Amino acid sequence: MVIAGVRSALRRGFELIERPFERLFGPAINPLAQLGALGFFFFWIVTVSGIYLFIFFDTGIERAFDSVETITNEYWFHAGVMRSLHRYASDLMVVMVATHLLREFAYDRYRGARWFSWFTGMPIIMLLYASGITGYWLVWDKLAHYVALMSSELLDWLPIFGEPIARNFIATGTLTSRFFTLMVFLHVAVPLFLLFMMWVHILRMSRPKVNPPRLLAGLSLAALVAVSFWNPALSQGHVDLARAPVEIGLDWFYLPVFPLIDLWGKGAVWGFLGAFFVMLGMMPWLPPLRRARPAVVDLAHCNGCKRCAEDCPFEAIRMVGRTDDRPFPAEPLVNNALCVSCGICVGSCPASTPFRRTEDLKTGIDLPDFSLRDLREQTIAAAQQLPAGPRVLVLACAHGGAAGRQAGTVVLPCVAMAPPSLIDFVLSRDLADGVVVAGCAESSCYHRLGADWMKQRFAGTRDPYLRARVPRERIAMVWTSALEGKRAAAEIEGFAARIKSLPPRQPRLPRSSGTSAPRREQPLSDVESRA
Amino acid sequence: MIQNVRRTGQFVVILALFAVVSSFAAWPVYRQTPPGSAVVVLTFVHSAGRKAACRRLTPQEIAKLPPNMRRTEVCSRERRPVYVELDVGGRTIYRASLAPTGIAGDGPSRVYYRFVVPAGGHSIAVRMRDSARADGFDYKRQGRISLVPDQLFVIDFRSESGEFVFR
Repeated sequence: MVIAGVRSALRRGFELIERPFERLFGPAINPLAQLGALGFFFFWIVTVSGIYLFIFFDTGIERAFDSVETITNEYWFHAGVMRSLHRYASDLMVVMVATHLLREFAYDRYRGARWFSWFTGMPIIMLLYASGITGYWLVWDKLAHYVALMSSELLDWLPIFGEPIARNFIATGTLTSRFFTLMVFLHVAVPLFLLFMMWVHILRMSRPKVNPPRLLAGLSLAALVAVSFWNPALSQGHVDLARAPVEIGLDWFYLPVFPLIDLWGKGAVWGFLGAFFVMLGMMPWLPPLRRARPAVVDLAHCNGCKRCAEDCPFEAIRMVGRTDDRPFPAEPLVNNALCVSCGICVGSCPASTPFRRTEDLKTGIDLPDFSLRDLREQTIAAAQQLPAGPRVLVLACAHGGAAGRQAGTVVLPCVAMAPPSLIDFVLSRDLADGVVVAGCAESSCYHRLGADWMKQRFAGTRDPYLRARVPRERIAMVWTSALEGKRAAAEIEGFAARIKSLPPRQPRLPRSSGTSAPRREQPLSDVESRA
Repeated sequence: MIQNVRRTGQFVVILALFAVVSSFAAWPVYRQTPPGSAVVVLTFVHSAGRKAACRRLTPQEIAKLPPNMRRTEVCSRERRPVYVELDVGGRTIYRASLAPTGIAGDGPSRVYYRFVVPAGGHSIAVRMRDSARADGFDYKRQGRISLVPDQLFVIDFRSESGEFVFR
């Protein structure tokens, strides 16, 4: 498939950039893992700086340019900087949106239940460009003249308007302040619609990242201010309607389509834009994602604790009134259209304990195609295949670097599907000498929150906790992308070598089931440092 | 110490990325037309006459109409197309039959045609036909113009006075 090939090539490209970024910034503030949040952040910078500029801006056609010049030259130290922040934050928003789109495509995070976010991203692109283009009109310099002429010529090609709009910009006296006021209104109204669509875009996300970490936000703002002083945004000379604006410094982020009008013609540009958005809109179904069957609730084993609903990364589970006669107030209801069958809910359910002695292992919420019982059976089978020496069992994410391992590996849709009690089960039953939880790349978890939840469960800050009795030195967490198989293998081998040096242990069989310990356990950093 | 170096490195990387982005906000300069050329725009909005003449209704037809809608004649809404030709240096560079706008074809015809010519002197002739005649033109103007580099020269038509305007 061509699309799969492009996706794979793009993913390799992202991996090349992303790993060095992750080493420098760490997974918590890696900018490439915060593209959406940075997009929101730059939107707010544009909003605040725009409001500030509006105080000084004159909306009259004759005085707009002069007011912008005053802002840039006389009040350069505050309003001028704001103008630069306004422009460059807008440009950065385009960069964030474009990179975000490519990255989600590269990591195949746009199909299946994720089609909604992908699809609602399209109007965001359109509104973002409409916001930027209307903004360039307001400066009323040579660039504004060019933008006004080209955008109106492009619109005039559509058989909608009775009189060509472009006629307003070719002779003095044809353009009035009233028209200019309309542009000001559009430059305020369109970004409001943009914000609305940004909200719709994240509606189906649980805990969407709309604010970057403070450190990253602070570094970004400081860098943006520095760039604003170093390279202030300037106007390009007053409009002269008797002269064609033929030589202009283009903003290549917002206006790359306009030169195409000269190259291809207006009809071809409309065709290109139409084809681009039709293709973009169809992407989630080219081809459709083969979806495993969604999670199923078993009320006989559910006490309505809400943990599955709280941990679901896609808002696919909500709590509703109890429909059976058990004495609990609520039960989870799975929205099949939103469920991605990641199994995180299975891992979060306190009833998901492999210690249960019932013949048919059941839990409160389970995946029909890969149940908790399947997980336990595969874990036991994988452990039996482990060679002598330090026996290391790997619980691998299907989207991570260890997924391709054969011996001693259980592949899960997401490592957070494994309840912490499964690790306790493996070690206490002496099925292995050590357990590696091998997830996908730490800053770009395929199922968004799996890595976070797993780390918090191990650290004892999120239910269900990993019990205190589980020897931390025999557990390791490895976070690698699908293309980092060698690194995953090396880290697992390193862990096996450390296990070998540990003193032999006495396996302890549990007397009771259960996974939760209502107290804070060993911190995650300890776990990781030993790993 | 290591933490400070790390923070500085992070800041430098972000700063470099933002600096690159700010550079492309007005660079490289784009030149739309070759140096030493001017832009000419032929543009006007003009309504031609109705396609068909009005027809007087017969007394019987008038009687069939509701009392409040009775009139003596019916007129077609649709307008004729406007035919226009433009010559530059004795060569016809634009020739078009401009259909009326509107779903019912009752709106004005419109044109916006931009083209590039070398700066300097040019003889220009523009002709337009908006009537039912098969050949010949209802309006025309010709003249010699002198264009400076990057000049935006407009050929317009004033329907009120029925004349082409060069500006």
